Amino acid sequence: MTAVPDIEFRGVTKRYGAVTAVTAIDLAIPPSAFVALLGPSGCGKTTCLRMIGGFEQSSEGQVFIRGQDMAGTPPYRRPVNMVFQQYALFPHLDVEANVSYGLRQARPRLSSQEIGRRAGEALEMVRLAGYGGRKIHELSGGQQQRVALARALVNKPAVLLLDEPLAALDKKLRTDMQIELQNLQREIGITFVLVTHDQEEALSMSDLVCVMNGGRIVQLGQPSEIYDEPADLFVADFVGKTNLLSGKVAGHTGDLVNVALADGTVIAARKRIALQQGEAVSVSLRPESLSLGATEGSPFKGIVRNRIFLGSTAEYAIEIQGIGTLLAKADHVIGHGNLFKPGEPVAIGFASGTPLAFPEIKNNGTNQRVAKNVEIIS
Amino acid sequence: MHGNRFRHNILTALLLAPATVWLVVFLVLPFVAIAVFSVGERAPEGGYQAAFTLAQYANLPARATAFWNTMMLAPAGALACLLVAYPVAYYLALKAPQRWRLILLALVVIPFWTSLLMRTYAWMYILGGRGIPALLAFVGIEDVRLINTPGAVLLGIVYGYLPLMILPIYVSLERLDRRLLEASADLGATPLSTFLGVTLKLSLPGVMTGFSLVMILLLGEYLIPTLLGGGKVFFIGNALVDLFLQSRNWPFGSAIAITLVAVSVVALIAANRISTRVSGARRVDLI
Repeated sequence: MTAVPDIEFRGVTKRYGAVTAVTAIDLAIPPSAFVALLGPSGCGKTTCLRMIGGFEQSSEGQVFIRGQDMAGTPPYRRPVNMVFQQYALFPHLDVEANVSYGLRQARPRLSSQEIGRRAGEALEMVRLAGYGGRKIHELSGGQQQRVALARALVNKPAVLLLDEPLAALDKKLRTDMQIELQNLQREIGITFVLVTHDQEEALSMSDLVCVMNGGRIVQLGQPSEIYDEPADLFVADFVGKTNLLSGKVAGHTGDLVNVALADGTVIAARKRIALQQGEAVSVSLRPESLSLGATEGSPFKGIVRNRIFLGSTAEYAIEIQGIGTLLAKADHVIGHGNLFKPGEPVAIGFASGTPLAFPEIKNNGTNQRVAKNVEIIS
Repeated sequence: MHGNRFRHNILTALLLAPATVWLVVFLVLPFVAIAVFSVGERAPEGGYQAAFTLAQYANLPARATAFWNTMMLAPAGALACLLVAYPVAYYLALKAPQRWRLILLALVVIPFWTSLLMRTYAWMYILGGRGIPALLAFVGIEDVRLINTPGAVLLGIVYGYLPLMILPIYVSLERLDRRLLEASADLGATPLSTFLGVTLKLSLPGVMTGFSLVMILLLGEYLIPTLLGGGKVFFIGNALVDLFLQSRNWPFGSAIAITLVAVSVVALIAANRISTRVSGARRVDLI
């Protein structure tokens, strides 16, 4: 990475009294990236965002924006703007006044023509031209969302921060806004940092996903990397759907590890870190990597318990004696009645990819043996 | 279904009856009586004598001083209350540590447990010859007069009505969405412009509630000017007591009372309009 990162965390720790929200975070966000901070609630993602915005100060370490240490810089002097959760639009101002609020804070003062012109441009950018005179409470959720975007972008920030911006929208609108945000980011070309607990949202919108858990960064990578090559059991489980099967390491074949499952079946799996003979592991099998129907060397035989027909695909819950219930996903071909029925016996094989084996997570969630070398992609 | 609704209506009527009777007997009827009195004449031996004349209203300028004092000191008193109350409410709502908040609020309200009369008497002594002036004389500052001045009345007003101003402002500041303040800072506003542009404007409904509440009560204030103004700072309330109980000129007193009510209502509506417009709220609850 040659360019100065837009945002950089160096050994940042944030404590609230006895509680540590964020521990020793190192993170560099390259210019013009769309980055998602993804994690369950309480993982420290919002705290990180608020430290960039200046609403929290780090207890240790430094936060840089475009190479400048932001220690002691109040929010109103930082070159970043935020789209708040539930938008935090000013209820006493109309749409135009909300959008031009940031412009009216500029010193030296901007001329009123300049303010009007730039506010108009910002409203146009979010396709709300002509809505300037509306009251905030007259707008729909989606429109409020766009006003919040226009308001945050009007000052031409170096980085736009988005705190769960789509959480308050219904599903259809959310999908539309995902595309709109992506287009907007490409159009303006500034860095977007998005905080979300919705893995689908993170994967679908961003160039770079930073998965956080327990106040630490667990993995940083492109969405497909996060999905295909999860760094640890937490990421495998949190991002996308997966089947986790418990077993013990029975031996090694080349780079692969042979795992003996509860029912004695041995399957070959890839691994992220060295595993000891006899070590308890979880094997992650993505539902779409399983194939249904008799094939050569199908390791499992089970009975279909539930079928969830989703249109383009169908998901099956399949009970396997001695192992439990597996979720499998199969493409649906129109008119090709290839659906299995509940109660039907079925053989399960691997369609694609090799399962991944991880050490069992010890004492609720803190995996001591996380893959350390998380790479930064630019 | 029909019988059910009928029973429901009966129940509603029964529950509302006590309040309705109370209001009719003790508010509406006296008000009508006062309105009728105000167009009547004073009986030769005092009281009321039926007539229809606007002479009482024409005579209002005779009590111009009382009107003037009230019209000046009521808003001034409410304003002084506001200036003292706002920082307190601001601190309580936005700065005070959570666990101290309730205790501090209780401290604001506790003086209300003692009657205003007692507390105003206490001020009479504090400001009177043996109070602060005596202390000042002790350190060499002679002839300071505090009691029986407009300043003493103002002080008594601020002291007596402060909680009524603090509480509504506190409520509106407490309800203020803190993220709006962060959003303002995020958009480049300094703490001062955030206060002026967001905090103050959004707390205006509370300010207007407190202001109207205090001002309306002050329009009829009688006790504080009597005790701390020593009859020199004469309020409409004092004029009314005088007219009804001393000179027994009921019609003139009624005319003054009606005028006072009219002025209060107009002031209230104006205050409501202003705060609704500025804060952009759809509805503002005054009192």
